[in-house]
Amino acid sequence: MFGVGSLPTWLSRSVYADNGSDRRKKTLVAIFQRGAVDGLNVVIPFGEQRYYDLRPSIAIPKPDGTANSAVDLDGFFGLHPSLAPLKPMFDAQQLAIIDAVGSPDPTRSHFDAQDYMESGTPGFKATKDGWMNRALPPVAGIRSPIRAVSLGSSLPRSLRGRNDALAMNNLSDFQVRDPKAAASFESLYEHTRDSMLQGTGKETFSAVKIMQSIQKQSYTPANGAKYPNGRFGQNLQQIARLIKADVGLEVAFADIGGWDTHVNEVGAQPAMGQLANNLSDFGQSLAAFYQDLGDRMEDVAVVTMSEFGRTAKENGNRGTDHGHANVMFVMGGGIRGGKVYGDWPGLAEEQLNEGRDLALTTDFRDVLGELVAKHLGNPNLKAVFPGYERAKFRGLIG
Amino acid sequence: MLRLKKQMRSWVLAAILILPGVAFTKPSKDVDQAKRQAKLFQKKIPKDQQILHALDRLTFGPKPGDVARVKKMGLKKWVDLELHPERIEENPDLEAKLQPLESLRMTPMEAVQHYPTPQMIRAIAAGRQPMPDDPVLRASVQRLVVRYKVKKENDEEMEPVKTLDEILDASERQTLRNGKPDQKRELLTSLPADKLDDVLIALPRGQRQQLFNNSPVDVQRKIMLLNSPQQVVAYDLLESKLLRAIESNRQLAEELDDFWFNHFNVYYDKGSDRFLIPEYEREAIHPNVLGKFRHLLEATAKSPAMLFYLDNFQSVRPDIDANSKNRKVKRGLNENYGRELMELHTLGVNGGYTQHDVTEVARCFTGWTIQDPRKGGAFSYNDNLHDKGEKLVLGHVIPAGGGMEDGEKVLDILATHPSTAKFISTELAQRFVTDNPPQSLIDKMSKTFLDTGGDIRLVMKTMLDSKEFWSQGAYRAKVKTPFEMVASSVRALGASITDAWALANQVGNLGEPLYRKQEPTGYSNLNSEWVNSAALLGRMNFAVQLTQNRVLGVKVAASPSAETIGSPDFQRR
Repeated sequence: MFGVGSLPTWLSRSVYADNGSDRRKKTLVAIFQRGAVDGLNVVIPFGEQRYYDLRPSIAIPKPDGTANSAVDLDGFFGLHPSLAPLKPMFDAQQLAIIDAVGSPDPTRSHFDAQDYMESGTPGFKATKDGWMNRALPPVAGIRSPIRAVSLGSSLPRSLRGRNDALAMNNLSDFQVRDPKAAASFESLYEHTRDSMLQGTGKETFSAVKIMQSIQKQSYTPANGAKYPNGRFGQNLQQIARLIKADVGLEVAFADIGGWDTHVNEVGAQPAMGQLANNLSDFGQSLAAFYQDLGDRMEDVAVVTMSEFGRTAKENGNRGTDHGHANVMFVMGGGIRGGKVYGDWPGLAEEQLNEGRDLALTTDFRDVLGELVAKHLGNPNLKAVFPGYERAKFRGLIG
Repeated sequence: MLRLKKQMRSWVLAAILILPGVAFTKPSKDVDQAKRQAKLFQKKIPKDQQILHALDRLTFGPKPGDVARVKKMGLKKWVDLELHPERIEENPDLEAKLQPLESLRMTPMEAVQHYPTPQMIRAIAAGRQPMPDDPVLRASVQRLVVRYKVKKENDEEMEPVKTLDEILDASERQTLRNGKPDQKRELLTSLPADKLDDVLIALPRGQRQQLFNNSPVDVQRKIMLLNSPQQVVAYDLLESKLLRAIESNRQLAEELDDFWFNHFNVYYDKGSDRFLIPEYEREAIHPNVLGKFRHLLEATAKSPAMLFYLDNFQSVRPDIDANSKNRKVKRGLNENYGRELMELHTLGVNGGYTQHDVTEVARCFTGWTIQDPRKGGAFSYNDNLHDKGEKLVLGHVIPAGGGMEDGEKVLDILATHPSTAKFISTELAQRFVTDNPPQSLIDKMSKTFLDTGGDIRLVMKTMLDSKEFWSQGAYRAKVKTPFEMVASSVRALGASITDAWALANQVGNLGEPLYRKQEPTGYSNLNSEWVNSAALLGRMNFAVQLTQNRVLGVKVAASPSAETIGSPDFQRR
């Protein structure tokens, strides 16, 4: 039974705190841009003329101060103008960009590439769990049931595995709305011989108890942060809410789709249209999250990824086809931002992967590995990225 | 590649040595488990469980009385009948309920005309499009056009011809404003058709929308036609999908309709697909669910819905605009369909094709397009857009100078390829048997596929004749998808259903918005996709709502406990 009278044990600080430490945790937030975002139009290599040669109708113009041109970062790279809300974070050195990064596996299948990135084992299909589940540091004693959360109606591959991980559609929906039924369901799921459903049932009901205290309070984003109304913005808002509630959240996941721009990637002008709109939602949501968390960004690192990049050359329909390397963002109080990391491979024909895509110079596991080791404090990268032993940290965290 | 292989080898080693909770942790334990698993597929389930098993797999869950009915007929005979839906008489109740869902029977062109998009209304208002011919439609469009003009000026609602006071008496108006949901519904049902139209038109838009949830199907459609005509097609599709799953007598055919639509997924919210899908499901998918795979494949390849969804209608020979100075934007090849055709529709991702094959296949399909894609036009082949060069597809030379037959040859190559036989057999077995079907079963099904030229009915029959299907390994091995869970709940409770709109929304909330899977993969067939905390809580809440008669349009007669359909056991099939 729960909800009546007795204070859930999780809310008692003395029980929760492991070894007397505070409930406040370091949190890693992973964002997956599903559909393969066109990294070359997200972080624009405007310093390289080849970019303009390869993309006569979709290239973002060089920075000229107008809203239709790239936002200059370092004289060579610029942000898509829809991502202008991220520029202040870059300037405050809390946003780092890694270019020519991705998965070394050559697949151009969305499904396989996402699966490889989420399992953390490119080229190897038999892995059963996800990198983010394995990234959770081992805990002695009692674990919070809300250590790992994905916003959405399904649990992504990244979070599947041995450690408990929750999918939440919406924080306030995370309950059985009829107390009597709730009690009998809890008992049914506890006693079933179906081990898969028993396990998930158990972690669900422990989490429900903690969520009850959060659900009682209303939430207003701090510092005037305004999240966009779309699903992605709302999901980030809920992650912020969980972080601030200090319920022991260590890893969180959200995704955003609509990046598979084979046709009409751009509108009347290159800085308009499908990609621009999607990037606006993306950028404004991240900016609102950053603003809302304020000082709490000290404890938070956000990393973005997408399964592969897109062809360096535009295709016949003002779009791009499936490519190879891409771009990642890392944002947070402890991040050495304000810099575009990675070795730029160039866009000349012989520099392209298979003569068509941006070549890869940084493995995505170098980025994730550094965050897992230095931000989450889990040094056992052999277990998080099995088979990848030569992780080369880029110095994203000092 | 070499480096990658080396890397993989060292990872296998690493996994064996250190990793708990990951594949191949302890080889001996894994081998033991595999052996146990293999044994389970040899062990037959008892007779009384066989009927339940068959009903769980070949239907959207048993209804009260189904077990007895199958028992009486004989299990073998019943299974055989399900494989021949054309011999089963359809449920007349269902047919009556599908009757008002007009868009399901329309051509895309008719759907465009009947349910204009806001862009089209604007085009008509601006004189760029003609008024529709049909008088009723004309009136409806005219109203919207006029409203559009008014809205542009000062955003005022249209003045209705008759006010509510002139149509309804005081007590009726009171009911409409403050009545209980049942009373409102009763009032709306009792009104003669013309009076009902007047009432709906006289109501302000917001109030009309508020009536939506409590209205019978025909009133809901009228409200939608007035408020957002472009949503009517979605409404009809969802109603029909749920109604067919719950009430059709041809249950296996409906299971397969869902399977094949998902296999050849298209997405409702991608542009023109919103009015192309009814025809797609009705003509490309449904008639072929137990037919020849090659027919099904070609029907999808030539469907405007697929041509639009995977962009092939815009894919043209790369050199087409090379000499045209007028065209600002050069068109050219688009690989999207070529890739997904092999990865998702036929060979499977490991089916043995390369990036070069993707490009060559895309070249073969240049010129396969849609006539007037924004207005619901049909498939058309435009030879002028076709790449006439020689192509090499999976080792087969497709000689230069060909036309539409280049694409058809590709379909021939793919439909008879052993990888396709294996991939389709695996997908079917994952849906109907278990997530990890034994190789012995896949081999049998693939062999039938290849021997019979891809006869889906016979591949299904091979599966249903196999010992693996009737084994302990398969019994209760599958977790229901949200769609299966919702449909089987209504069936299990013997609930009566007047409209399925609210049910369809429940399926969406549980993580499977129907006709709205954006990615070409379709929804996953596997248990792990559907077991998580959000899903379980969602299912429990649905169980509470349904058993307490709080899902609109559905009536549960007795008052069953929520546990019956929210229990762990009910999530399995």
